[in-house]
Amino acid sequence: MSATTIGATPAIPKPQSPAKLAVWRFCRRPAALLGLFVVTVFILVAVFAPWIAPADPIKTSWTAIRKAPSLLYWMGTDENGRDVASRVIFGARASMMAGVISVAIAAGIGVPAGLLAGFVGGKVDMLLGRIVDAMLAVPNLILAIALAAFLGPSLQNAMIAIGVTAAPVFMRVARGATMDAATNEYVEAARALGNPGWRVAIRHILPNIVPPVLVQATLAIAGAIIAEAALSFLGLGQQPPAPSWGSMLNSAQRFLTQAPWLAIFPGAAIFLCVLSFNLVGDGLRDALDPRGK
Amino acid sequence: MNSHLGRRVLQVLPTLLLVSMLVFGLQQLMPGDPALVLAGEERDPLVLQQIRTELWLDRPIPIQYLHWIGGVVHGDLGYSWRIRQPVLQLVAEKLPVTLQLGVMAFLIAIGIGIPAGILSAVKRNTKWDYIANGIGLAGLSTPNFWLGIMLILLVSVRLGWLPPSGYVSLWEDWRMSLATTIMPAFVLGNAIAAVLMRHTRSAMLTAMDQDYVRTARAKGLNETVVVLKHALRNALVPVITLGALELGTLLSGAVLTEQVFSIPGFGKLIVDAVFNRDYPVVQGVVLITATIYILLNLLADVMYVVINPRLRGA
Repeated sequence: MSATTIGATPAIPKPQSPAKLAVWRFCRRPAALLGLFVVTVFILVAVFAPWIAPADPIKTSWTAIRKAPSLLYWMGTDENGRDVASRVIFGARASMMAGVISVAIAAGIGVPAGLLAGFVGGKVDMLLGRIVDAMLAVPNLILAIALAAFLGPSLQNAMIAIGVTAAPVFMRVARGATMDAATNEYVEAARALGNPGWRVAIRHILPNIVPPVLVQATLAIAGAIIAEAALSFLGLGQQPPAPSWGSMLNSAQRFLTQAPWLAIFPGAAIFLCVLSFNLVGDGLRDALDPRGK
Repeated sequence: MNSHLGRRVLQVLPTLLLVSMLVFGLQQLMPGDPALVLAGEERDPLVLQQIRTELWLDRPIPIQYLHWIGGVVHGDLGYSWRIRQPVLQLVAEKLPVTLQLGVMAFLIAIGIGIPAGILSAVKRNTKWDYIANGIGLAGLSTPNFWLGIMLILLVSVRLGWLPPSGYVSLWEDWRMSLATTIMPAFVLGNAIAAVLMRHTRSAMLTAMDQDYVRTARAKGLNETVVVLKHALRNALVPVITLGALELGTLLSGAVLTEQVFSIPGFGKLIVDAVFNRDYPVVQGVVLITATIYILLNLLADVMYVVINPRLRGA
């Protein structure tokens, strides 16, 4: 497909609107399209898990302990006789939820703060900048572990911890984009017309900082999925018996010699999901970059 | 140059102060009374009051912070609630293990990432470039704890080449020490190698377009000399500094890698402290990690100025 498409695209005229141009650029990248396809599959799997999963993910069966992958159990069974395929399918829910909610928390804190810092500048910018520097000084997983430890282990607290630790990056991205957008003539015109500062920031600047924030969000979802898996692997995220890719890997460690499939499938799911989000993020960055060809 | 460095050093101080507030503030997130956590099964009000008085928990939060930071400034990070040892002593015992792992991981990352980045840039838009980029992206997308488990499965369980876990000190038996740390170091270095590869590729592509590279080629120099002596030397300046920023990834990664390979380092210390609800140790490790990270960033800044001739005279 790719060779035909790439060969055929130069004949199609470039669209003129920025949004259509970005979509056009994105569609010219086979890797990004493949990533988008896989991400869509993961989202559908997470949403329709109860209908797709062949078995109940928490139902134990003492007659089917550590069965190797077969036609009956596609990905085998675990140490409690639970169907691994069903747990991987339901695990997608925890990962997707963690990815989306953590990034929503991060953007919800970081974007308004970045907009404020970039638009107001001066002491507000300096103060927020120092807070961000302090938060970025603590490696994010270590901060997330500490936050999750003090808040208590649960998927909800893991999402809060991941979201809070990811917020400074959103703040930096939003601040930079705001400072850039604020120099545009239409912003000066909006000010000259007597619009109050908050209206200029929200109605004229905010829509223009969406593209870099969107790229950051896509890449941050990939990071949040790994972080959730890491926290669950350490026992600080999703709690048993609820399925999560990270916690499945944790228990798989004890049966590595007898049942290697317990470690292979959940890990492969994390890898594939994160890789796909990274491909989409890279594709979006290239598509939304005004210097892109 | 000196004024720039002086300014950077001064900027570090408020950051460190805010980090200390952040670390102290973590304790306030804890649901319930810390004295109850520390007392365990003990519910005698007198004992609880004694704990609160000892730990200054009965004072206002700003006073508690001043007391805590006063101790930190004098090297007193408090006592472990479980092991009853000074936190600083615990950290000092574990840090060399993580340091060894980190140095090995960084060397592996440099050994893989920089040559791959050069190859990718020199062979731009060829299959080598695509392969290197693909491997780089895969490296960034692989959770290091899964890579660790898979390597244990392959290298230790199936092939029996290396021990699956444990740690032997370098001073005790250097061969065994290398055997126990090479696999975790590779796992830890993998993600950094991918980042270094991307930075090197980008810096090399910029350098290869410069006039001095064209001049070197016009002089009839061998392409290897042009790439390694002229382009790489200049491209490495931003790579070194950006690479130093990856030390945060390394410290985060060490937590998981040490857990997978049962290495008694800094990362394992914080995880064990979390499960033992040993909060002074958690706070101490976070504070020390952040301080190390800030100082390394400062060092990277200094290095950038020192090795960049254009900034040296500024």
